[in-house]
Amino acid sequence: MGFPLALPSSRHPPPLASHGLRSSSIDSPKLVLRKRCLCQSRRSLKVVAYYGLTTPPYEFDALEPYMSKRTLEVHWGKHHREYVEGLNKQLANSPVLYGYTLEELIRATYNNGNPLPEFNNAAQVWNHDFFWESMQPGGGKMPSGGLLEQIVKDFVNPEEKKLSIVRTSNAVCPLVWRDFPIIGLDVWEHAYYLDYKDDREDYVNTFMNHLVSWHAATARILRAQAFVNLGEPKIPVA
Amino acid sequence: MAIRTLASKQTLIRCAAASPVLRQGRGLQTFSLPDLPYDYGELEPAISGEIMKIHHQKHHQTYITNYNKALEQLEEAMAKGDSSKVVGLQSAIKFNGGGHVNHSIFWKNLAPAHKGGGEPPHAALGWAIDTNFGSLEILEKIVNAEGAALQGSGWVWLALDKELKKLRIETTANQDPLVTKGLQLVPLLGIDVWEHAYYLQYKNVRPDYLNNIWKVINWKYASEVYEKEVA
Repeated sequence: MGFPLALPSSRHPPPLASHGLRSSSIDSPKLVLRKRCLCQSRRSLKVVAYYGLTTPPYEFDALEPYMSKRTLEVHWGKHHREYVEGLNKQLANSPVLYGYTLEELIRATYNNGNPLPEFNNAAQVWNHDFFWESMQPGGGKMPSGGLLEQIVKDFVNPEEKKLSIVRTSNAVCPLVWRDFPIIGLDVWEHAYYLDYKDDREDYVNTFMNHLVSWHAATARILRAQAFVNLGEPKIPVA
Repeated sequence: MAIRTLASKQTLIRCAAASPVLRQGRGLQTFSLPDLPYDYGELEPAISGEIMKIHHQKHHQTYITNYNKALEQLEEAMAKGDSSKVVGLQSAIKFNGGGHVNHSIFWKNLAPAHKGGGEPPHAALGWAIDTNFGSLEILEKIVNAEGAALQGSGWVWLALDKELKKLRIETTANQDPLVTKGLQLVPLLGIDVWEHAYYLQYKNVRPDYLNNIWKVINWKYASEVYEKEVA
């Protein structure tokens, strides 16, 4: 997941010590959330927040033959990376929009439907992180346990369903409505064109049958349960 | 109206070539895939033959197929007076009909070099470009910038505002035709910046696609359209 990593940096890096290594008062990056440096002095430490490009939790060829190594290389290495670098560039110029977690940043920049320029990059960074983690080698097949129960419950009783399938355009994701995404599938053409050309149907079917990570989906639904009441708690009667 | 006229001319021309049937009896016109006035490979190296073939035979054909379906459903809904169905079909018509309109223009906007592709515009359109933008180079720069900045899928247009008699650069999202930006706008040039238009060849580097497409832009067609409108 992208998270703000604050690296204290100074305008004038300390000189090389005799052993050739830069001596710094800080040896490793510290996680600084929502901390703004109020020092005005030019030679003081300036705290900046950056988002990182997280790698998918599998090798690039691990999803073959359903999603090629080449697709991963371009989709992750070019598209996803561009969104991260674009976002960091924008944030470097924005004194207001930092110190947020990525999810908070998305909601803030969505601006209730009138998105700020940073929204596209922020949301796309998150979307692609989520997408890689929505897949796994040997994925597909059937969900199990509580997730399967909920799916069946919803199908049997659609009026009280908790899960829904949503299509969003461009960078929009369900976070902006404070919903809990369980699975994300990128249907931009760049996600499937190299492997499937125009046959989006084949791509989507393959995703459901061979790529989707029900483990990740289950973990996400468990987390969502902490926020949403998925059923009446069984309170024993005394 | 303009949309139907464009398509009907095509359909009449292609009628002899055993394309899908014109159901003129019921008043409902069916649209069919127009042929390209060049071979798929003739636009290389600007646009690969593979892309042209899939773009034409798959993407454009799908828009036409779904457009015809939507129109049939619209006719039924209109006959029954089912207003919510009529309104509900509008987005399918805008998307698929727009896709058909836009791509039909796009094929005419392109030409291989030996058929005039890349040859700069002269006469009336040439002067209009210089007047409105300064030079062809500046126009190309603006179009490239707008095209690269477009988020997601859409089109970049060189448009003629026929009321003001001025040229304008516009973008539309998804398959929205140019008229959605103004009924007085006439498309002279449309460049498809959906990923399917360039991905197999240029991958994520949309700016390279835009830089190269000028080599196969058919300014002759754009000039014809322009001169007809300002005449």
